[in-house]
Amino acid sequence: MSAPDAAKRRAIRTYLIGYGAALLLTGAAFAAVHWPVVGPRASFALILALALVQIIVQFRCFLHIRLNRTSRDDLQLILFSALIVALMVGGTLVILFNLRGRMM
Amino acid sequence: MSMDATRHAGLPVDHGDAEAEMDASRDLFGFWVFLMSDAVIFALLFATYGVMLPATAGGPTPASEYKIGPTFLETLVLLTSSLTFGMATVALKHAAQRRALLAWMAVTLALGLLFLGLELHDFADMAAHGAVPARSGFLSAFFGLVPLHGLHVLAGCLWILVMMAQLLIFGPDPRVRINIQRLGLFWHFLDIIWIAIFSTVYLPGLIR
Amino acid sequence: MSAPVWPALLGRFSWDALPFVRAWAHPDANEIIGAGAGGMVVAGALFAVALLTYLGRWRWLWREWITSLDHKKIGIMYVVLAFIMLARALIEANLMRLQQASAINAPGFVAPEHFAELFSTHGSIMIFFMAMPFLTGLMNYLVPLQIGSRDVAFPLVNAIGLWLTAAGAALMMASLVIGRFSTGGWSGYPPYTELAFSPGTGPDYWIWAVTLGSVASTLAGLNIAVTLYKMRCPGMKLMRMPLFCWTSLCTAILMVFAMPPLTVATALLALDRYLGFHFFTNTLGGNMMNYANLFWMFGHPEVYIVILPAFGIYSEVVSTFSGKELYGYISLVIATMAIAVLSFTVWLHHFFTMGQSADINAIFGIATMTIGVPTGVKIYNWIWTMFRGEVRFTTPMLYALAFMMTFVLGGLTGIILAFPPLDYLVHNTLFLVAHFHNMLIPGTLYGLVAAYTFWFPKAFGFRLNEFWGRVAVACWVIGFYLAFMPLYVLGAAGMTRRTQAVHEAAYRPWLYIAEVGAVILFCGLAALIVQLWVSIRDRDANRVPVGDPWDGRTLEWSIAAPPPEYNFAHIPHVERLDAFYHDKRSHAPYAAPPHYSAIEMPRNSRTAPVLGLAGAATGFALVWYMWWLAAVGAVAMVVTVIARSFVRDTERTITAEEIERTERAWLAEVARARPIPREIENSTANQGLAKVHA
Repeated sequence: MSAPDAAKRRAIRTYLIGYGAALLLTGAAFAAVHWPVVGPRASFALILALALVQIIVQFRCFLHIRLNRTSRDDLQLILFSALIVALMVGGTLVILFNLRGRMM
Repeated sequence: MSMDATRHAGLPVDHGDAEAEMDASRDLFGFWVFLMSDAVIFALLFATYGVMLPATAGGPTPASEYKIGPTFLETLVLLTSSLTFGMATVALKHAAQRRALLAWMAVTLALGLLFLGLELHDFADMAAHGAVPARSGFLSAFFGLVPLHGLHVLAGCLWILVMMAQLLIFGPDPRVRINIQRLGLFWHFLDIIWIAIFSTVYLPGLIR
Repeated sequence: MSAPVWPALLGRFSWDALPFVRAWAHPDANEIIGAGAGGMVVAGALFAVALLTYLGRWRWLWREWITSLDHKKIGIMYVVLAFIMLARALIEANLMRLQQASAINAPGFVAPEHFAELFSTHGSIMIFFMAMPFLTGLMNYLVPLQIGSRDVAFPLVNAIGLWLTAAGAALMMASLVIGRFSTGGWSGYPPYTELAFSPGTGPDYWIWAVTLGSVASTLAGLNIAVTLYKMRCPGMKLMRMPLFCWTSLCTAILMVFAMPPLTVATALLALDRYLGFHFFTNTLGGNMMNYANLFWMFGHPEVYIVILPAFGIYSEVVSTFSGKELYGYISLVIATMAIAVLSFTVWLHHFFTMGQSADINAIFGIATMTIGVPTGVKIYNWIWTMFRGEVRFTTPMLYALAFMMTFVLGGLTGIILAFPPLDYLVHNTLFLVAHFHNMLIPGTLYGLVAAYTFWFPKAFGFRLNEFWGRVAVACWVIGFYLAFMPLYVLGAAGMTRRTQAVHEAAYRPWLYIAEVGAVILFCGLAALIVQLWVSIRDRDANRVPVGDPWDGRTLEWSIAAPPPEYNFAHIPHVERLDAFYHDKRSHAPYAAPPHYSAIEMPRNSRTAPVLGLAGAATGFALVWYMWWLAAVGAVAMVVTVIARSFVRDTERTITAEEIERTERAWLAEVARARPIPREIENSTANQGLAKVHA
């Protein structure tokens, strides 16, 4: 088997692993809602956790973001974006839920 | 670092000489910046949705409107389309002939259109019970967020068509290769947004 | 009358929308001012068209400017746009001051609705169509030159940003001639701007003008950020970039992440107004505080978007005119980054009085005060840069000094406002107006004008007149103190902002002083116009073709003035900070290279102006409910983008011979020029070659 063939198989395998993991994680999240075994709050936390894992899997397998040196720029950008998004979303939820609590 | 760190990891596609590789690295990084800016837009709409969730104004609620079956089906369609686009990227790098690339892109396009059809059907269903955006703050927030993802998918479908046409006209020249890679980033990014949508909009609304 | 045709074609337009018709029907001062303003726009446009036709310059304008993808020309066009909009917004400021000074227990001459339009357009223009284009233009012009690059990362995206900004500005201008502008202030708070309370065209004009501007700024930020990340010349490590590049990088990142909240806010407001959504309405679950939250998530980083570039400009100016390396370069870089990140953590201080709990207010108050620390670091850095330097008090340096004094005062009142209990007392008063003008006039306007004076010789090849430059400094500084210090007094005394008429006679002297200040500020603009006129008249005596009139430190001074299209015949290699300054002292920086090679530059493109035109048409059509035109414009935009993606012939080659010719002509100028010492840099002896002691 030639080297390009091996590279191609590796690339396909990465995508297939990503797809399999995504199906598994998605299935678990839907199952946790369809056949609830834990309480609503725990289910919600579980769904969010599964989503976070799946997002990381997708970044890794589909978007090819790695921790090695060549993709440092992208990784820094994504982490900075994550920080800004966390500040904005977290801030919005805290501020406006607080407001609602005081208006009720 | 300006010289050595500019080699782009991104999607592993060769660009021939070093200059073309520099250009590719710059073009893909620029697209990443755009995606992150777009991600902020989505993040704010998610936050707005979260804040407006209780504002149902006596009208339809998440539990009354969301359905787990169609949502699961839409998720499967979109996830699969991400895989098929991945296969298109592999074909771009490794396959000698254009046909495989075009075929994978066509499959992705079909899945994208199927997703849009399913989603529109859902929206029409909701509208039929009076769950329209003008009904309540909650529904406004829902229709501000989810259809925006749909619009992105629509734009992605249009983009796939354009890239298929360019492949037929120009073959895989450097600009076509770059743009297919950008399109790939866009398509996978929409997948990630959808994960956030089913995990923070649909499923929490259905938890009993 | 065939009634159904016109509404379908013209939407909700009626003759009454024209200020001229209104002034004819009710010829009072208020309507005549409106008609006069509209008339000025129309007359200005007609004059420009007539002049271009008379001079036969249409083709030149189209080829050399409108379709150009040259980052330098795009930068210049941004700055020209900013000056035009500055003139309008400054006239509006004068009208407002005149109205308040004349409306003490009297009606004045501007009706309340019209007054509200004035403060709304003044704020919207000054932020979105003066400060933003000006600083974007400067970044465009300077960043590639400073990092030793021939171009920006995405020339076409850059041009699209310019023309979308111009489209937004065109909508602002159109609102003077057709219909009315918003009365909801520059922040456009609902529910007042919702359809229920403002059914007219005003908020729609605001929404689409601001949306175009905000999308354009996102594109500009993306382009500048990627340019700085990926296009630096060999050896130009991040920590060797000029400080202006650092502040540009942070500004660009802020644009990429802080414009989206504005886009979301205006888009959701548009959904409310056009499709009956309930994001910010009073009924059915809408909540206007969502809007305040979104708007200020943009609005606070925006403050730093407009101030950080000025910090970079002052750093370059202070270092150059002190003849010293910037003191504490690393601390300045860290302070810039700290400000950029912290700016995302303080937005709530714009609505301390919303009704949230005291804890949240305290947290955001403390975060706000924290920003004062890195800002203070910068002030000390500039002071220490001047310390034991040979400071030359040129025009840009005078702006820098006036800035340091004035900005610190504004910072102190900012700390006052950061205390929630104190903020409650002066909320919505002129104290706030005084505070943010105290930050933005020295912190942005002085910096922009200083940059204009400093880099003008680089861009056009001749120096600006120094005398009129100093007159302008005097006007901007004295005018500022007279116009805004009284507002602190008035605000502390309880006078609310955006007041059309005043019922407290004790305010009279302060309002009069502020009015005098506003007039002097206007004289500042007039002095700039005179300066430009005099400088163009005397340009032959003041040419600096060699390109280094101020003994500059960074790479842009190492090439001809004006620079050739390709910037650098040979991409420079830099070994350290302020490379050019040290090159001049260690070896001959103007040596001819052994050979020249051909360079590829982007070809002109019609795409960007077409997109701008289609964007303006779509926005205008949406304001007036001309649905057919909105559809045509939107489709035109999509089709243009797709059509452009099929164009393959996007580059043109500048031949080696052509480059050799240009460069040899310039090197001959260098050989002819007499090196001059700093003492006579403002005399006609200055040809742009600095005398240096090795």
